[in-house]
Amino acid sequence: MDADNLLLSLELASGSGWGLSSFRRASLLASLLLVKRDYRFDRVLFWGRILGPVADYYIAQGLSKDLLAPRKTLYSLNCTDWSLLPPATEEMHTQTAVVSGLFMGDPSHEYEHAELQKVDDGEKVFDEEVVMHIKEETRLVSVIDQIDKAVSIIPRGTLCKTPFGPTHVNRTFEGLSLFEIKKLSSYFHFWEPTDLKNKTLLEKADLDPSLDFLDSLEYDIPKGSWSIQMERGNTLVVLRSLLWPGLTFYHVPCTKNYGYVYVGTGKKNLDLPFML
Amino acid sequence: MGDPPSSPDPAQERRASQASNRRRSRESSQAQVSFPDDVQLQGPQRGRQGSRTSGAGLGQTDAQRAPRPSLTPRGSQGQEDQPRGPVYPSGLPSGFQPPGYVAEGTPQHLPHAQGLFQQLQPAFHDPSMDDLSQLNFYQKDQVQFSQSTQQGFYLRDDVDLHFSPSQLGSMSPSKELPEPEPLELAVQNATAYLMQKGDNNDISLYEHLVNLLTKILDQRPENPLSILESLNRTTQKEWFHPKQDTPQIDPEMQHTYETAEKQMALFRQGDQETEEEMADGPVPDIMEAAYYFLQAEVGLGLDESSLIFLALKQLAKQQPVRTCRFWGKILGVERSYLVAEVELPEGEEEAEEEEAEEEELEKTGDAPPRPQWKPPPAVPTEDSGSGANKYVYFVCNEPGLPWARLPPVTPAQIVAARSIRKFFTGRLDAPVVSYPPFPGTEANYLRAQIARISAATHISPLGYYRFREDRGRDDEEVDDEEKGGGGRDSCERNPDFEGIPVYELVTSMANWVHHVQHILPQKSCTCRPGPPAWPAATARSMPWPSYVPTSGQGPSPTPLAGSVRISTLAGVTRTIRRTSTRPCHAQFNRSTPMVPRSGKWTTPRWKRSRP
Repeated sequence: MDADNLLLSLELASGSGWGLSSFRRASLLASLLLVKRDYRFDRVLFWGRILGPVADYYIAQGLSKDLLAPRKTLYSLNCTDWSLLPPATEEMHTQTAVVSGLFMGDPSHEYEHAELQKVDDGEKVFDEEVVMHIKEETRLVSVIDQIDKAVSIIPRGTLCKTPFGPTHVNRTFEGLSLFEIKKLSSYFHFWEPTDLKNKTLLEKADLDPSLDFLDSLEYDIPKGSWSIQMERGNTLVVLRSLLWPGLTFYHVPCTKNYGYVYVGTGKKNLDLPFML
Repeated sequence: MGDPPSSPDPAQERRASQASNRRRSRESSQAQVSFPDDVQLQGPQRGRQGSRTSGAGLGQTDAQRAPRPSLTPRGSQGQEDQPRGPVYPSGLPSGFQPPGYVAEGTPQHLPHAQGLFQQLQPAFHDPSMDDLSQLNFYQKDQVQFSQSTQQGFYLRDDVDLHFSPSQLGSMSPSKELPEPEPLELAVQNATAYLMQKGDNNDISLYEHLVNLLTKILDQRPENPLSILESLNRTTQKEWFHPKQDTPQIDPEMQHTYETAEKQMALFRQGDQETEEEMADGPVPDIMEAAYYFLQAEVGLGLDESSLIFLALKQLAKQQPVRTCRFWGKILGVERSYLVAEVELPEGEEEAEEEEAEEEELEKTGDAPPRPQWKPPPAVPTEDSGSGANKYVYFVCNEPGLPWARLPPVTPAQIVAARSIRKFFTGRLDAPVVSYPPFPGTEANYLRAQIARISAATHISPLGYYRFREDRGRDDEEVDDEEKGGGGRDSCERNPDFEGIPVYELVTSMANWVHHVQHILPQKSCTCRPGPPAWPAATARSMPWPSYVPTSGQGPSPTPLAGSVRISTLAGVTRTIRRTSTRPCHAQFNRSTPMVPRSGKWTTPRWKRSRP
């Protein structure tokens, strides 16, 4: 959710069952403003919260003028002091894939993972147990990156691609109409597109190159991994991801209010195909 | 001069010939209205340039009129033709889209035309001009315009050519131009091209650009170049979908309005109550609870909570409830459930027992031998008001919609619910397709999950609740033997509870206890038949000590025992004054399937409990 209209967004996203206390809200408002100034961000998003048994991580993201450029992620334990996280790499993903369970809430915590590796010692080949230490920060980065790639979404028409290259906010976006909000094709992934090239020419002919340059939710696998609901007496459309439970996207039709936020344990729901 | 009254005609015809198509009345009026300032700006320029400034549009026609033989005394002003060149592009839009071209609604444009002409008139400052003729020209223009709608332009053009060659003399810029200036001709061609209408569209590029520029000039957005494409698209859309003035009710909004009206009905029902009723009613103060939950960063928001409060009061009116509580919200794929926990007074509960009729096989002579195996006797459902069926649950999808009662839960349903993981769709009658098969619909599954959540996660500070006094505490063992351990299933608020300091509550788990009976492996809260036993929740340090959450996903008990975050993951101890325990004998444990409880830890976050 955009830090500029944080209060309204918190109200709209409250249907998922979480909120922020008034102290946190107030401190978020002030601290995100300072983050924006210090890091020279164009926009700051309050990304969400990763829950842990002892403490929660509050995550914020900063965007530059080109909205599809890599984002900077910051975390905080108390919504006042923010620390920058390193960008995610493939190595991190493979490393942290072995760690499971909840986040501890302590960024310096290290997970120990013992692996059997074959060590070649001259003639003998034997297995040696290698203990790897994985920091919680690395795990945090990896999980945030995965969630962003998989389930961060925006309505169709909010971003506009210019012929010069960078994407920016479409100022004439007036909100999705009531007809469009129930369709998955009206929402796009807020990430570099991966599927566009695989589309047939027939499909591409119907697309508008300035608006339809991102992957839409229609082709997400598995099918049915999004739940679309109307809340608040039909005046608010809420999309919830069933793959990463805890991600909520809200939009008020025919207005410019939209946003997404993740509040959860950072666990992917691997049982999804069985649960549908 | 030749024939002044008819001189405007060919002039107008010239202009008509440039725009080969008809204009829409709307668009032309828009164009005319939108550039009055331009016209005025152009006026003085034209005035400076001489007599010909009867509108730039007119100016263009001069070139075409050049071939006319008759000349006017204005021939001397022919030299001003050149400087007028640059005026054309800017003067074009102001144009002259004379109302004569409009197919319909011409009289509407007369005022516009008159307005334009009037603006042009004062622009002529050149006293040497033949003002009278000019004025005559304009007045006649207006008349001519109104008359020219009915006839084809080209026809008129040709006709006039023959009839009044001499009129042009007053307008022609020079003595006799053998051919139009190349620049002017190019401009005219360009204009004619722009004004073409495509095959499918009703609007030409020219008109569209006019609309676009009008919009930009009216709205004056910052940095218009960057949003030019979007504006372009919007203008096009607006042309084909104009905003209607008639206040029609959008049919898409119908459903929204209906829901809103139901919610308004909720508010109106509250007006009739008095203050005393509100305070003593069965519904607790949800708003206060919601406020505290919000400070704990959990909850549905204050607006939603107020609606829920009113909906609960509505429920309390409809059903004879003793106490009523907002249990929580369960998210579903299509719709969500709001769950209310209600205690009905004894005797008023409707027993909705579905009696399964045993099918009797008719014995015929050739029937195959009946199997000897008999399934173990089904564990009987607990009576309403005790054990897992202590409370009755009502659900609705949104506050304002009618409440639906959930059926009581059976042990078989809880067994099955422990083995499966399915999303809720939001419809109570939806089937639950799973393996092992779930005996029931989504309503039963929902009720089973609610029972499991309540049993596992409803906790309170130590000493907040106490058991009912009437059972007696001295001969506990004797009493319980007699009464089958039923004495522990009801508790009430302890009036002597003094509160525990927050520090102690946070640092130690010993201060938190379950106050809801635990669900035993055979899925009821009491063991039966068999030796009398306590509800298994006594003196257990973990909810399911015999079932270790074996999956790697579930958090292992150890680190959590130290954590005191009040979540579904907390392991809680229950301490009772006397902790004599008789574990439930495993008589039925062998027959009922024992499943690893890892399914509980990985319960989807869809399910929340709000004590």
